[in-house]
Amino acid sequence: MFRIVDAKPVAPGIKRFVIAAPRIARKHQAGQFVILRLDEHGERIPLTIESADHERGTISIVVQAVGKTTYQLNALNSGDRIRDVVGPLGKPSEIERFGTVVIVGGGVGTALAYPTTVALKGAGNRILTILGGRNRDLVILENEMRATSDVLYVTTDDGSYGEKGLVTDKLRELLGSDEQIDLVLAVGPIPMMKAVADLTLEKGIHTVVSLNPIMIDGTGMCGGCRVLVGGKSQFACVDGPEFDAHQVNFEVLMQRNRMYRGAEKRSLEEYQQSLQHKSSNHEPGVCLVSGDKS
Amino acid sequence: MSAVKEPSANPLSLKERMKVPHQYMPEQAAELRVNNFTEVNLGYSAELARQEALRCLECAKETCVEQCPVGVKVKDFVRLIVEGNFLAAAAKIREDNVLPAITGRVCPQEDHCEGACVLHKKVESLGIGYLERFVADYEQRVGAPMAPNAPATGKKVAIVGSGPAGLSAAGELVQRGHKVHVFEALHEIGGVLVYGIPEFRLPKQVIREQIDKMREMGVEFETDVVVGKTVSIDELFGEEGYDAVFIATGAGLPVFLGVPGEHLNGVYSANEFLTRINLMHAYEFPKYDEPIVELREKHVAVIGGGNTALDAIRSARRLGAEKAYVLYRRSETEMPARIEEVKHAKQEGIEFRMLTNPIEFLDDGHGWLRGARCMQMELGEPDASGRRRPMAIAGSEFEVPLQVAIIATGTSANPLIQSTTPGLKTNKRGYIEADGDSQRTSRKGVFAGGDIVTGAATVILAMGAGRRAAKSIHEYLTTGEWEKGPVAPMSSQ
Repeated sequence: MFRIVDAKPVAPGIKRFVIAAPRIARKHQAGQFVILRLDEHGERIPLTIESADHERGTISIVVQAVGKTTYQLNALNSGDRIRDVVGPLGKPSEIERFGTVVIVGGGVGTALAYPTTVALKGAGNRILTILGGRNRDLVILENEMRATSDVLYVTTDDGSYGEKGLVTDKLRELLGSDEQIDLVLAVGPIPMMKAVADLTLEKGIHTVVSLNPIMIDGTGMCGGCRVLVGGKSQFACVDGPEFDAHQVNFEVLMQRNRMYRGAEKRSLEEYQQSLQHKSSNHEPGVCLVSGDKS
Repeated sequence: MSAVKEPSANPLSLKERMKVPHQYMPEQAAELRVNNFTEVNLGYSAELARQEALRCLECAKETCVEQCPVGVKVKDFVRLIVEGNFLAAAAKIREDNVLPAITGRVCPQEDHCEGACVLHKKVESLGIGYLERFVADYEQRVGAPMAPNAPATGKKVAIVGSGPAGLSAAGELVQRGHKVHVFEALHEIGGVLVYGIPEFRLPKQVIREQIDKMREMGVEFETDVVVGKTVSIDELFGEEGYDAVFIATGAGLPVFLGVPGEHLNGVYSANEFLTRINLMHAYEFPKYDEPIVELREKHVAVIGGGNTALDAIRSARRLGAEKAYVLYRRSETEMPARIEEVKHAKQEGIEFRMLTNPIEFLDDGHGWLRGARCMQMELGEPDASGRRRPMAIAGSEFEVPLQVAIIATGTSANPLIQSTTPGLKTNKRGYIEADGDSQRTSRKGVFAGGDIVTGAATVILAMGAGRRAAKSIHEYLTTGEWEKGPVAPMSSQ
């Protein structure tokens, strides 16, 4: 069991958790992730590590509620426990002195880009960051990113904060300027990463994306997280999660992520109904335990 | 303690024993079991077990024992069954095999003890697996205490992986007085026994009971640790203070066919398909959260002919597949699966389409599988594996309509540990190099065994490796000597 030592909302539907996981905290490198399972009946989901505190033996993750498991997780608070947390998994981000690096963070993707941004800054890169969200509330970690960036731009789809438009509008502007850009790191929704890849391909700028396919074990054993990269199957859990954006087949990634859409919808609806049921029924829950599984 | 040899308790003459009919294992009727995941084989009663045990000829040359990868003393334990002393029979097996309830269910006995049984030449082999299962289950029901461990040695052994190789080594080492800690990457103990083998062949409860027994013996287990990621082998020796490490991580990565369309929705590796069902309980969705694609009324095929392939397709059948095929590029004779599994699969209406090789998976236009384009094969001359090489018949292409395909054609080495352990030698295919007798690797204090050394094999071969490693680790910890020739054979207590 892994204890949550702190849990705070960072935006509507997005929460940051600090979890006691000394082994993982000690080994974490930027770009890596954990797989967690909330309880005995839970699924295993991958989540990127936002930061790790080696001294305290904690890691933090930033979670957006989109399905049953992430809704359940975001209902947890400090002092609650998570059944399983395993990691750090995946290859760490490649950190070198590239020169000028543009970081593109979309929505909760910003939290995933954050540790790599810190590491790239630490390696002596000039960091230009573009943060985007549908609206002001969904622009997260702005202060943290500002502190580690040389220049920070903010865009919102509805213009409620920063410049009105998409992160790719700002990126296009930067690509058209005199700025010599050596690397682009994009983390966010798949359509955003694809759009970034399309833009930088024209300019021939090396671009890295962090992928989020469906995963189970996270050690290469099941192959469920396979993605087509350069026409070949790669396992995001052990070969990634970061890949050369210009080699990634984003259509296949989107298609595979839709595989369980029906089941996911059903799980979420039943979970939400059970919550309504609980709140409208103040009787203590009766738990029927079946003695025989056969 | 030297046991005094008792005269045989078997009242029958050898001739009479040959006339006792082989006692078949009672099983759940096929038409019922295709609708559930409960165990197919129901187990012997004490009466059936005694009847079957009477058939043992008690040969002077024990070929059955010679052919057992862990050397279970078959004649001795079968004799104890004849005497009605089932607990003593269980204890006798435990001298060589710490997981009898498991091997009694999943071991390919026809390749080992039963294949070597003298009866096999004339009539049916002795049902050694069934008898082993019977006494193991009896021991569990009665709740026999475990034999005490040797006095504590103060040495610590880390076992990496809780599958059959790791468990077997752990059991042996803890009995010899060492402190044993088993690391498991997944959230449940058991490795392939838990994620790979389905409930209807090996109930999770049986595994849990065997693990509980090992806990009682003093083995410590820690889940959610991926050695190579969460902690390195060097750190196990350093900060964590282990004196020896046994790497038993299994084969690992699924191999795909490398044909077009493998990324389509509906195409699975057998590892993923079985992990979803076994480890994650997808067959109990939505009680459990992990889903699997809808299989009811679907046409499903597994590609491959081993036990994993049959486990996968029989699971699909139980989840409602209307058509369930085994597509195998050789003929049934070459299929590596256990004979009993083939028999059970056929009873369950699985169609065996031999000499069939998929060359492309076809898209329904929305990213989902709609079928496989296959070649008809024929068998040519024997290849390197000694089996006749399958060759495509020109112009024989045909389509099999399918909504789900499960690829069960093998695995390759998982590089997680090798890549993070300096000085650990691997072979061309990425498997860890280890001595066949001592299981020693190129790194002092590091031993390896099971699929991570040999490539995909069976539960009992992995257990045999675990046992050899335990013997060799024990010797290393006692003598401190690393550079040595073959170790002496392990004497049972």
